[in-house]
Amino acid sequence: MTITKAETLPIRSGDDVVRVRQRVRALAIEIGLGLVDQTKIVTAASELARNTLDYGGGGDVRTEIVQAGTRKGLRLIFEDQGPGIADIEQAMTDHYTSGGGLGLGLGGAKRLSNEFHIESTPGAGTRVTIARWK
Amino acid sequence: MDRIPILKLGGALIVTIQVDMHDRLALALEEDLTAMIARTGARGVLIEISALEIVDSFIGRMLVSIAAVSRVLDAETVVAGMRPAVAITLVELGLELTGIKTALNVERGMSLIQARLAEEEDGHGSDRDHHEG
Amino acid sequence: MTMDGTEVLTRTVTEDEATILDGWTGALRESASLQGGRIREAELQTQAKAVLGQFRDALVAGGLDADGESYAPLRETLADISRSRAIQGFTPTDTANFVFSLKEPVFEALRLKSGADASAQAAGMWAGGKVIDRLGLQTMEVFLASREEVIGRQGQEIAELSTPVVRLWDGILALPLIGTLDSARTGVVMENLLQAIVDEEAEIAIIDITGVPTVDTLVAQHLLKTVAAARLMGADCIVSGIRPQIAQTMVHLGVELNVVSKATLADAFAVALRRTGRKVVRQQVPTEGRG
Repeated sequence: MTITKAETLPIRSGDDVVRVRQRVRALAIEIGLGLVDQTKIVTAASELARNTLDYGGGGDVRTEIVQAGTRKGLRLIFEDQGPGIADIEQAMTDHYTSGGGLGLGLGGAKRLSNEFHIESTPGAGTRVTIARWK
Repeated sequence: MDRIPILKLGGALIVTIQVDMHDRLALALEEDLTAMIARTGARGVLIEISALEIVDSFIGRMLVSIAAVSRVLDAETVVAGMRPAVAITLVELGLELTGIKTALNVERGMSLIQARLAEEEDGHGSDRDHHEG
Repeated sequence: MTMDGTEVLTRTVTEDEATILDGWTGALRESASLQGGRIREAELQTQAKAVLGQFRDALVAGGLDADGESYAPLRETLADISRSRAIQGFTPTDTANFVFSLKEPVFEALRLKSGADASAQAAGMWAGGKVIDRLGLQTMEVFLASREEVIGRQGQEIAELSTPVVRLWDGILALPLIGTLDSARTGVVMENLLQAIVDEEAEIAIIDITGVPTVDTLVAQHLLKTVAAARLMGADCIVSGIRPQIAQTMVHLGVELNVVSKATLADAFAVALRRTGRKVVRQQVPTEGRG
């Protein structure tokens, strides 16, 4: 698998969340995802960017266009240096929320992606990786 | 700060969301709508979202909460014009938007609201005078 | 004696290009006649000339590194050729042979050039074999990728063809599903139906599964999701044609199809008409012959 294009966007404010959505949309179009798949990855990105901002105290997202054989994909890595998640399994369940939200963020983002991976260290931060393949 | 304009038409309030909504903008809309329902005694709220390219859990929650508040104030909320890709994504996300009526377009949405108003005028709406008075 | 294989090869290809081209096109012509005339001789000749020219340039600039920068134009040309062959329906052997048949004339030229210097000849052949093999493999990779693309596109087309959305009445759609549903196909079906709901401004969509042999948990879930998505858009779905065995299986699987369902498409259509404020009545036929 090779990375053909990568960039990093900050997530420090609500405006940044909107910008992340727009950038992810443009990249999804670039790799030729269909309309529904575009919508799914943009929605997942929106959920995760908001998590990064609200629970992680801000961070950034690395966007990568990846190629494995003939398949192209879009991979997004959200990273923050926030408080981290002690019980990931619990955080993944729907309707779990540590503040305000509907609690669909992580589980929802997972359902909207082809690949989902989360690592978190309490006190050090969280990293969520998702990918959607064409 | 920008705000989304709310139109009043007959007994209904109409909102068309045309922009990629910022979270603050969504919250402001919720507040404005609540205040406007209370002030005008509107019996229906029509939110037209055919321009929205995504509805994530935040916007979904805003819609559910507008509908819930409206119901308490005796107004019915109709969301009109959701795109197919958005609908599929919302279902996958796990958001069913319970308590919200939906319509294919503004026209259908308005007739849903008008049907309710007409039904109440036909006798079920004894509490209506109280609201408008 | 100390001559480097790359050097021998490069010199041979540069100096004897015309001879090699002759030998190569001869070999290609022979195999082309076996391929049933799928490609014209003139086209084959043009391709061979272009490839050999670029091969010479690449050798001069970049030696044997067939994956390197200097081979980029050649790789591009070979990719184009193998893509077009994949689409024209050539076999993998035909396509690979286009590149591999370059070996013989090159080796022959090396033999003539080296004369008695056996080690130079061996070194040149080793170098030539190595680089031509690599180019052949690259060509095959592109060939297979193109075939996969063709297959993928056909799959998509079949999926779309086999799920027609029909308009039964103003505002009423039907989707007669036929055959086994897998999740890729169900995805296409779902999108088509929802788009048709928008295009036709349909209030009611009937999903008829009479032609679906089995419904497993996954398919049932897809159906439910479609119904839920249609509801979000402001349309209702009715599922019709659930056969008794399927109903039984679904109950055993613990799948709750929480939707309006009717035994037949006709029943569902009647419900749809009623819901949209219409009624089907039998016309009173005036009794004849009593006048």
